[in-house]
Amino acid sequence: MLGFGADLLWADMNRLLAFLFHQGVLDEQFLQLQQLQDHTSPNFVSEVVNIYFHESEKLLNNLRSLLMEREFSDYKKIEIHLNQFIGSSSSIGAKRVTSVCIAFRAASEQDNRAGCLRALEMLEHEYCYLKNKLHELFQIEQQRALAAGVRYPMQHQ
Amino acid sequence: MGNQEKGKGLMEPENSAEKLTALVVDDDKLVRMIHQGLLKRAGVKNEAVKNGKEAVDIHYSGQRFDIILMDNEMPIMTGIEATKKLRSMGILSRIIGVSSCTEAEKQEFMKAGIDDYQVKPLTIGVLNSILDVVKASK
Repeated sequence: MLGFGADLLWADMNRLLAFLFHQGVLDEQFLQLQQLQDHTSPNFVSEVVNIYFHESEKLLNNLRSLLMEREFSDYKKIEIHLNQFIGSSSSIGAKRVTSVCIAFRAASEQDNRAGCLRALEMLEHEYCYLKNKLHELFQIEQQRALAAGVRYPMQHQ
Repeated sequence: MGNQEKGKGLMEPENSAEKLTALVVDDDKLVRMIHQGLLKRAGVKNEAVKNGKEAVDIHYSGQRFDIILMDNEMPIMTGIEATKKLRSMGILSRIIGVSSCTEAEKQEFMKAGIDDYQVKPLTIGVLNSILDVVKASK
């Protein structure tokens, strides 16, 4: 019964992943991360993604603070933050977030403050969506691991 | 090219006859983690530093690597500056520029002395092709 639960959760995980790929939220780089997870690094993906969340939130706060400055004109700083955000987002396969960052950078290169503000809102929205979905994915994975783990003592009875 | 470090807990590669060594140079902790994960999977002993100056300093201390994965935009010393410095020191390691820079910056990176340029992020396939070139030259 518990094994069956683990299988159902496995199916849920794959369905969510397929959905995220289909929606363009994630790309094949996320699969590359999963391939780096093994028995020596069993939590590799979640560790990497948690670092990504931590760094991204700092970047988003910096971007918002810069653009909210009354006398804002430092587009170079915006571009530095965005290059970092593009690098880290593409490294984990966050495709939609990366695309929005690239559009944001284009607005910044044109010194377009209004465009930057619109892009920032879109970026915050996409990032929030990604974070929620990845949390959901990791929750299912944890439940599956628990369900699979509890199964083992019963097999030895 | 690239003397191997001994006695530092070598990881056994799955199928490679010779153990390669690599240095990851990137200010982004996440990118360092991913690139080190890729190298570990390929059985390559590796270290990581946070900027170009640390990359130069580790070579001043006598360490050598078969491959250097060099980001460009880093604080203190950029990848372009570090590459120029390493080449002037006579370092012959295969230096791969790994970044997301503009075409003009890429050209500047190449002029500084990198052997190849790859857009971030590296994939398992791209890393394997880099390793194949290095193994063939050893």
